[in-house]
Amino acid sequence: MGLRGERPVEKRSVTLAYIIRRTLQALVVLLGVSLLTFVLSHVIPGGAARAALGPRALPPQIAQFNRVNGYNLPIWDQFYRYLRGLVLHVNLGYSYRNNQPVRALIGSRLPKTLLLVGISTVFALVVAIPLGILQVVRRNKPVDYLLTSISFLLYAMPAFLIGTLLIIYFAIDLPWLSVEAPQASTVAGILADPRGLVLPVLTLSAITIASFSRYMRSSMMDALTEDYIRTARAKGASPRRVLFLHALRNAMIPIITLLGLSIPTIFGGAVITETVYNYPGMGLLAFNAATQTDVPLLLGTTFVATVATVVGSFVADLLYAVVDPRVRYVAR
Amino acid sequence: MSLPGGLGETPLAPVGEEGPDALPEGGEGRSSGGLTRQIARVFIENKLAVIGAVIIVSMVLFCFLGPVFYHTNQTNSQEILLNSTQNSPPSATNPLGTDSAGFDILGRIMFGGQTSLIVGFAAAAIAVVVGVLWGAISGYFGGWVDSLMMRIVDVLLSIPLIFLLIVLAVIFTPSVELLILVIGMTSWLQPARLVRGETLVLRTREYVQAVRVMGGNGRRIVLRHIIPNAIGTIVVNATFQVADAILLLGALGFLGLGVPAPQTDWGSMLSNAVSFATLGYWWEIYPTAIAFVLVVIAFNFVGDALRDALEVRLQRR
Repeated sequence: MGLRGERPVEKRSVTLAYIIRRTLQALVVLLGVSLLTFVLSHVIPGGAARAALGPRALPPQIAQFNRVNGYNLPIWDQFYRYLRGLVLHVNLGYSYRNNQPVRALIGSRLPKTLLLVGISTVFALVVAIPLGILQVVRRNKPVDYLLTSISFLLYAMPAFLIGTLLIIYFAIDLPWLSVEAPQASTVAGILADPRGLVLPVLTLSAITIASFSRYMRSSMMDALTEDYIRTARAKGASPRRVLFLHALRNAMIPIITLLGLSIPTIFGGAVITETVYNYPGMGLLAFNAATQTDVPLLLGTTFVATVATVVGSFVADLLYAVVDPRVRYVAR
Repeated sequence: MSLPGGLGETPLAPVGEEGPDALPEGGEGRSSGGLTRQIARVFIENKLAVIGAVIIVSMVLFCFLGPVFYHTNQTNSQEILLNSTQNSPPSATNPLGTDSAGFDILGRIMFGGQTSLIVGFAAAAIAVVVGVLWGAISGYFGGWVDSLMMRIVDVLLSIPLIFLLIVLAVIFTPSVELLILVIGMTSWLQPARLVRGETLVLRTREYVQAVRVMGGNGRRIVLRHIIPNAIGTIVVNATFQVADAILLLGALGFLGLGVPAPQTDWGSMLSNAVSFATLGYWWEIYPTAIAFVLVVIAFNFVGDALRDALEVRLQRR
């Protein structure tokens, strides 16, 4: 991968133009998401006032609530105020069920979810990439077929089923690990109990391992058909060198894109995993918000998970632009 | 849950598996253009596809014709409460035991399977129809229409699907029809992107140009020429959509947002069984889990085989 400083000036400006365009695109997506969140918060049957005051609220009370909270203003004005609060004060609304601002509720939970998601994603990559390579090395041999079957099986199993089976096998039948995730309130407290993290991490990474290793396998296969591989072989490079130096480095590039694209699924999986293990993160918060029909909190968690997704795929795309020397970002 | 690079959606054709048998033999793949014949050949060549299809057909028969031969009460919870024991292990009267409400599990797998399969097929149908139209229109018209339509897709695609489903399931009260609509209307993004990509290529083809020169309008071109020519991509995606919809319904069932009782689906059944996991009621988990996983795997088998064979061929045309 050539050093960036060696690139001709025009190519660098193309990359820069790409980064600017990609930033604008991310901002447009974020604006769209806030519009959608705003709309969803307005389609609650009976409106926000009913959600806050309950089904028995009287019309004057509702009118009062709407006046105080600005729900009687024109819809465009409301959206403007909502957006301004969001951007300037990270105001995500107010949870009437918990009697707390949504931002405070999420703020204490988000780091724990990011921890779980981070560890699981790194673990998935560390397992999946060697598995994918192994499958290429032993392609169409029993190991390859076995691993393919396992990834099909994992992919077809819903996360909550994987989680439950892991609990049955490794926490009940064999009492090695705990049924419940660490309940500490801080990230440090959770890290202090690594045994409790084992099952949640395994559960959350199971599906990504299946798809990453599968993708790695076909990405490697693809790379092996490229001309530079033939050139390397013709120059007398050993098969090992060709595989690990030439093919692997190029096969890793699409994995970056896949990683970016997988972030929404991983966050979605966190909801299920945290619910299975009662892990005190944002996913469990969303689940609890759903069972209590706490719409502001639910929309807040959705918004934050989406922002994390947008940021994640933005970073992945930038990495891709930096890593892949062949990329030519021609303006459409 | 659908991972973008998931088993189903690996955009790179697995090169290594593409032996001589996967290539069109002597122009054969070109001459017999009929989609039905191509699909038929996929099933003849690929054992996994046959296994998948057999599983799907027998599971549909089991769930929909099974209750005709195996009568159980699956709807009247009062009667069940009086006449049945709860959580009883497999016996002569209940071959797979009973669940925590006292329902016979074998019968319940059929009953819940009907919901899972109906939601799976119907939601996939909605997702594919909406996605195909969206993608074809966006790709065909291009320009600002395309930009606007694709930014909408970008926005929706960046919301983690489970969150969006939970929000919709909480705001609107779940029923089978609503779940079909909710899952369908949140799953059309991928087909939309795929079909747009195909359309961008197809719209430059001579026959599309020719129709335009002859005065064919956009609707005719999209419906008669672009969509039929993207049918390979569409069929493959539709297959995976069914598997994903069944998985999504399962996840919603687990979160308690599935179909309302006494109706059920495989996800809700498992969710119910999971709360008894510590008590060792294995008969409440494994039979349902096996049915669920088998069907999802089966759709993935069929989809994979179709993609490997069909799409590779279509690209080579």
